[in-house]
Amino acid sequence: MDSHLFFMPFIGGLCIGLAGVMYLLFCGRVFGISGIFAGILLPKQKDTSWRIAALLGLLAAGALLLFLRPSSFPQEAENYSIFRYILAGLLVGFGSQMGNGCTSGHSVCGISRCSPRSILATCIFIFAGIVAVALMKKMGIAL
Amino acid sequence: MIVLFISFFAACLFGIGIGIGGMTLPSKVISFLDVFGSWDLSLLFVMIGAISVYSCFYFLIIKKLKKPLLAPQFQVTTQRRIDLKLMIGAALFGVGWGIGGLCPGPAIVSLVTFQAPVLIFLISMTAGVYLYNILISRLLSAGQQPPKR
Repeated sequence: MDSHLFFMPFIGGLCIGLAGVMYLLFCGRVFGISGIFAGILLPKQKDTSWRIAALLGLLAAGALLLFLRPSSFPQEAENYSIFRYILAGLLVGFGSQMGNGCTSGHSVCGISRCSPRSILATCIFIFAGIVAVALMKKMGIAL
Repeated sequence: MIVLFISFFAACLFGIGIGIGGMTLPSKVISFLDVFGSWDLSLLFVMIGAISVYSCFYFLIIKKLKKPLLAPQFQVTTQRRIDLKLMIGAALFGVGWGIGGLCPGPAIVSLVTFQAPVLIFLISMTAGVYLYNILISRLLSAGQQPPKR
């Protein structure tokens, strides 16, 4: 196994962890992206300004990556199933609201704080994902 | 004001981490979940890297603080109950994650590419968020109907 296969992912993880720490240490919040996003769509308190700043930060990261490390993104797909991405998006949007979080909130920030809810949520994310991928393969859907 | 800057900068760092880590490549995510096939463990190392840093800082420093450095109080959920809502929500999320290979963070970071799958995913994700909240408010108002005389 190539060690470089794990080195960049690990560095990426360090960045994610550090960013999450900054959020909690300075702003007192958990960096849960699904929550940040939903809070902009459905503002409950007058706290959209930091959420928008966060969203812009993510977009800025995307721009930086696009120029400096375009291999971070896939090549433009010629054939793709629209239905697949509609279904994926609906499930992720709905599920993250119902489960109070996504991989950034639960899997990074939650597990690090030893939250039983987040540990369980992450296990379920991964298990459900494994089942979904296995089923797609069985159905002959190209992954 | 400085909180907004930190929010922006931290989110930018987070996004860079997502990109470097490979989470913006749906194929990598799906390979991570493809345990019976071409299993790619790289994403596990993203998690290991992230959790190592976060948990160290959390337990060594943050947990001991009475308040965050630039905000009046911590706003972290105190919910600890494990319920069906959490589990079903996580399962739905996981299935969606497996189908598309995308989750909210990577999708937003990838928006700049304007690739169709990402755009479709983001629009649908928005719809999913609204759908859940509409459902919840319908269920809540249904539960508050006056009792029959």
